[in-house]
Amino acid sequence: MPQIIVERLAKSYFVSERQAGALGALKGLIRRRRRRIDALADVSFSLERGELLGFIGPNGAGKSTTIKILSGILRPDAGRVEVDGLVPYEDRIRHVARIGVVFGQRTQLWWDLPVIDGFDLLRDIYRVDRAQYARSRDELVAMLRLDRLLDQPVRQLSLGQRMRAEIAAALLHSPSILFLDEPTIGLDAPSKLAVREFVKRLNRERGVTVLLTTHDMHDIDALAERVIVIGHGRVLADGTFDSLRAQIAAENPDEIDESPLAIEEVIARFYHLHGATEA
Amino acid sequence: MNAIRLLIRYGSASIRAQMQYPFNAIMLGIGQFTATMIDMIAIWALFARFGALDGWRLGDIAMFFGLVSVSFSIADFLSRGFDVLGAEFIKTGQLDRLLLRPRTMTLQLVGNDMRLSRFGRTAQGLLVLAIGTVNLHFDWTIAKVAIALWTLAGGVALFFGLMVIQGAISFWTVESLEAMNVLTYGGVQAAQFPLSIYARWFRTFLIFVVPIGCVAYFPVLALLGKPDPLGTPAWFFLVSPLAGFAFLGVSFVAWGLGLGKYTSTGS
Amino acid sequence: MEIARPYVAAFSARFLLMLQYRAAAIAGFLTQCWWGAIKIMVYAAFYRASSPSTHPAMTLAQVATYTWLNQGLLALMPWGCDPEVALAMRTGVVMYDRLRPVDAYAYWYARAAAFMTSRALPRAILMVLVTGVGMRLLGFRELSWAPPPNAAQSALFVLSLVLMVSLSSAFMMLLNIGVVVTLNDRWVSQSMNPLLVVLSGSLVPLALYPDWAQRALFVQPFAGVVDIPFRIYSGNLAGVPAYQGLALQLFWTVVLVLVGRMWMEHVMRRLEVQGG
Repeated sequence: MPQIIVERLAKSYFVSERQAGALGALKGLIRRRRRRIDALADVSFSLERGELLGFIGPNGAGKSTTIKILSGILRPDAGRVEVDGLVPYEDRIRHVARIGVVFGQRTQLWWDLPVIDGFDLLRDIYRVDRAQYARSRDELVAMLRLDRLLDQPVRQLSLGQRMRAEIAAALLHSPSILFLDEPTIGLDAPSKLAVREFVKRLNRERGVTVLLTTHDMHDIDALAERVIVIGHGRVLADGTFDSLRAQIAAENPDEIDESPLAIEEVIARFYHLHGATEA
Repeated sequence: MNAIRLLIRYGSASIRAQMQYPFNAIMLGIGQFTATMIDMIAIWALFARFGALDGWRLGDIAMFFGLVSVSFSIADFLSRGFDVLGAEFIKTGQLDRLLLRPRTMTLQLVGNDMRLSRFGRTAQGLLVLAIGTVNLHFDWTIAKVAIALWTLAGGVALFFGLMVIQGAISFWTVESLEAMNVLTYGGVQAAQFPLSIYARWFRTFLIFVVPIGCVAYFPVLALLGKPDPLGTPAWFFLVSPLAGFAFLGVSFVAWGLGLGKYTSTGS
Repeated sequence: MEIARPYVAAFSARFLLMLQYRAAAIAGFLTQCWWGAIKIMVYAAFYRASSPSTHPAMTLAQVATYTWLNQGLLALMPWGCDPEVALAMRTGVVMYDRLRPVDAYAYWYARAAAFMTSRALPRAILMVLVTGVGMRLLGFRELSWAPPPNAAQSALFVLSLVLMVSLSSAFMMLLNIGVVVTLNDRWVSQSMNPLLVVLSGSLVPLALYPDWAQRALFVQPFAGVVDIPFRIYSGNLAGVPAYQGLALQLFWTVVLVLVGRMWMEHVMRRLEVQGG
């Protein structure tokens, strides 16, 4: 029985438009125009316990929308979602107690408080047993090398440090599932390596199920055996990265392939093949 | 970790964060105090110029004003999360983070930013009550203190409910919530004076729609031991603060609708 | 007029931007109506209950018109620094204004005037329609926004209004410069508010304060921001006192502009030395 089941997910948004110039501004006082955006048309996949899935696609393809629905903070228009036997958006409080979510470049920690104070507050919010919390906190601090950062207010940390603290914060309550939305964006090289190393260990050694969205193909290369490509709100590919590469090669039989294509090349061509350019 | 203890934790975290900028916190408090005391200047000037108001004395007005100020300031202290919902949570996407925590939104929003500066207005309210006490040679018996506390409770419920409604509205329009200020700050303003001086439609509004009269005018009449010039029966005076709680209930219905809309359409 | 172009451009760009905020316009209007209604009901109660011996210098009708004028034109008061200056200061681009081939004081002054008038215009129009026309049609003549008593007062009022905007902009410039100096927009913006509210006549018309304070209240700079123009409007200040009022508005505008310019020059020169 897969841990995460997504079946025929669909979701649309409405965006209101402003018109240019003085006349447009006056018209805007009376009526606004609205445009419909289909973020997800028909997305289906499933994840087994302990899998590590990479989620890629051009901007506006529907990655964030899928993560939001899986987290339970957004309701789909149609389709079925089940995570560990719960429907996320219907059982919000129970569901979110079991998952951890990390958004790149944003922090859930309190800006003016020392990191450890933020951790302690999260312990209280998630109702983690104190002994349990002390164990997982110490482990995470060691694994992510946060010991010297604990007393500093979050606003004083660099982006790389903040991201490491952020990942620790998301795992303090020992969730069995971790969603990562662009976790390495804006990080310097050593920080990226640290994040990747950690996520890999978390998945391999602790069996935490991981769903990772990213634009950085080296993240995929380092971590994900399985990759889903999303474009125009649909699943364009679902399999290993090598099978993706083979698909590209199959579409371009005439090309003389002297050296294997760089990862970004593969992805870019794949998007192009399916008309999945930026919305 | 039950809700009250978590709130205390939130409160201490908020205060610690504010204490990082102690000068700021103090100045904000003084600013609140000054801004709210100014209304007493108007009241004093008008009584100095005209001498009397339909049998009401300056001290009576001070009682109305003082109690409303205290209840509003306490509600203000607790409801900032709802107040800034649009700008600080919806616009920035931080609301999603709150939804990702296994706690009710209300608890998290109350604990979000508990500003000490709001007690500047509380101080003003207490000072105004003191002015009223002196002016009226008022005798605070236990019974009267109890009535005052009951009035405060109803007032806190009402004003908190108004902020919850403001938060609910920001799910639909993030642009301008000045209209709600009309009811909160405007409500405090209106409650300074006895309802009997206002036009009929306004009085009806302040009793049946946004029942500010029920958490200020009527119970304070009981406190002052005065009858209502318009003939409302005395038993109603002590019952009226319940309207504040009823209003709070209604506001949470609106909140539920707004939150439902947010989780259906995203941000 | 090539000289005026950048300032006119600054004015119109800002004006158009402000027009976009539709919900703000309506909500703000409701707020003003409510405030005005409450205040007028309170005044009416005091007037009704008072004995003739108190003889205030203004009639209730004049006080009502004054209050509606105040609410309608509330945005013409210097409530805080120009938000664009606060933003520029926070993001560090204050010096960019020095790079433009314009007089910085005049440029900011024009922007401040645009900021205030663009916010005031929609509300003022709505306010006149509702409390001027609407209330009279519904039978609330005494408490409505009454027109000026004659053409002469109207003319004087127009003059006073222009001076009011000038004076207010000069006050706002002081706040702007204060923000640049202290690097803190919140404090400076709010530092003047209590004085402004009380001394301009926004809280209570100055004429209703005790008699012993009248002289002092009339000559202080804030009176020209609310009290003088609105009393001229309803004819409460007519003839010589009206001209005195106008002269005071002009006087304080000139003083504040001169002080503001000197101060700005000093501050900008220090900024240049420090590297912005």
